[in-house]
Amino acid sequence: MSETIAFKPETLAQVDKITARYPAERKKSALIPVLHLAQKEFGGWLQVPVMDYVAELLEIKPIEVYEVATFYSMFNMKPVGKYVLEVCQTGPCMLNGSDEIIQHIKETLHINAGETSADGLFTLKTVECLGACGYAPMMQLGKFYHEHLTKEKVNEILELCRQGTLALD
Amino acid sequence: MSKKLLLKDAHIEGIRTYEVYRKQGGYEGVEKAFKMAPDAITEEVKTSGLRGRGGAGFPTGMKWSFLAKPEGVPRYLVVNADESEPGTFKDRYLMEHIPHLLIEGMIISSFALGAHTAYIYIRGEFAWIPDILEQAIEEARAAGFLGKNILGTGFDLEIYVHRGAGAYICGEETALLESLEGKRGNPRLKPPFPAVKGLWESPTVVNNVETIAAVVPIINITGAEYAKIGVGRSTGTKLISACGNINKPGVYEIDMTITVEEFIYSDEYCGGIPNGKRLKACIPGGSSVPIVPANLLLKTINGEPRLMNYESLSDGGFATGTMMGSGGFIVLDEDQSVVKHTMTLAHFYAHESCGQCTPCREGTPWLYKILKKIHSGAGTLADIDLLWDVQRKIEGNTICPLGDAAAWPVAAAIRHFRDEFEWYIDNPESQTRNYGLANYADPIPVAAKAE
Repeated sequence: MSETIAFKPETLAQVDKITARYPAERKKSALIPVLHLAQKEFGGWLQVPVMDYVAELLEIKPIEVYEVATFYSMFNMKPVGKYVLEVCQTGPCMLNGSDEIIQHIKETLHINAGETSADGLFTLKTVECLGACGYAPMMQLGKFYHEHLTKEKVNEILELCRQGTLALD
Repeated sequence: MSKKLLLKDAHIEGIRTYEVYRKQGGYEGVEKAFKMAPDAITEEVKTSGLRGRGGAGFPTGMKWSFLAKPEGVPRYLVVNADESEPGTFKDRYLMEHIPHLLIEGMIISSFALGAHTAYIYIRGEFAWIPDILEQAIEEARAAGFLGKNILGTGFDLEIYVHRGAGAYICGEETALLESLEGKRGNPRLKPPFPAVKGLWESPTVVNNVETIAAVVPIINITGAEYAKIGVGRSTGTKLISACGNINKPGVYEIDMTITVEEFIYSDEYCGGIPNGKRLKACIPGGSSVPIVPANLLLKTINGEPRLMNYESLSDGGFATGTMMGSGGFIVLDEDQSVVKHTMTLAHFYAHESCGQCTPCREGTPWLYKILKKIHSGAGTLADIDLLWDVQRKIEGNTICPLGDAAAWPVAAAIRHFRDEFEWYIDNPESQTRNYGLANYADPIPVAAKAE
């Protein structure tokens, strides 16, 4: 284990609470919830030493963590900006103008999907259905959904991010 | 006005809390169920005719009766809240607005199944909903409906929320179990079915959120009364999440006797198409079910009004009908491009394929590439035949139904809208302009014609 990587004590308490949900010999079941905690605490993405730390914590092999972390789309395998704009582009969102929203964000932030703005503040991700089809177009920022998007509403959200006042958690 | 069983109290302020939910008669179903024998609850669910609300429509009571009950081996109930099918957002509504209905349904169901631990597997992106569910769980525990020796019956139950991390395939029940075990969400070969070997190789029932919530009214009003609602084998009420080009997108509870036309055009439901545009097509059961043009959507092959239920929607088979599926109702107006819409769905399935089966892993991106080529104006007529051929090679050739789910939208789009594909090929200069001429459908609703 890397000496520099360790959860805060309060996060470790959360890990204990999570692992208690599963039979003692099935600690591996806690892997995805613990990876969520790890991503949040260690900079928004999962570095190899972080995944190794999680493996040691759950008493499983590092490869078991790598194969899970790379399978699920919510885990970032490279650095991201402080604000990750996850814009849905699937069926119903497309019918309601997600193309225009994505294009607007690209032009406003001068980035393409998958890229991070020069100031390191924003990463744009186009994502598949987020289950907000009746409230389209939409995007996720942190823990929350922002729905019925218009270009004006996107501008307001970006401004709140720049001011550091948009709730992520 | 449709009869409401699940959403009847959704409008009441504070219904998310135990206190208000209890005042509306909440948890009386649990009290009633505890006076019944567990097998009698299963029989009641069988009598109700409740079919799984996640999409497959398999009879719930029958599924429960398949559960193996070896002595000394734990049994589990797992609620599938991995709602990820494009067009479907009804379970989110239930969990967000009436979380205690799900918790109450889980207690009754677990008692019937003899399960002492139950999990809610919720898609990771619904990151704010676990807080709502956990609050409801704590409230139920404080009121004595969870934990040890519930209401002095000797029955113990713990309910836990488990967050996924963004993989559509985890909505497939065996992939969900793999994920719950801390692995990649690769579907398992069946048999053995989860009822025999499920979570950690123990007998497990996996049911959708809406299915488990429906157990509450079934116990409250009896299975026989529940079965009187609806028609034929489409008993009870169904949640429909309506979206796309409609005036009033949202989640509606219907009793499955109403017509598709009424659902789209009446003010009680979707409120018609925005800006007076004509109806072009609809996907009534979530993105994986076949798209149908307006004329076949509003009427069955025999010319009768098509109803919002399992049998009527599939009338004529997939060639002319479609499916109830999950109830994710996606409406396309006359200006929408079926080719573009099908392309975005193909991209979705290519992205979400777990990669375990070659036809799906290789075939789904291939479908997307061909559709993209046609949509960009660079396609040839041979590409339509190739598209048809590729989808045929995926359907039925994979471990789980994701292959079928990827193939069906493409097949139905070609079957009903082949001329639109040809138009893109014949008009390469149009590039991504929408094909807006609905010359193959009669999208004027019957009611409008009569006026």
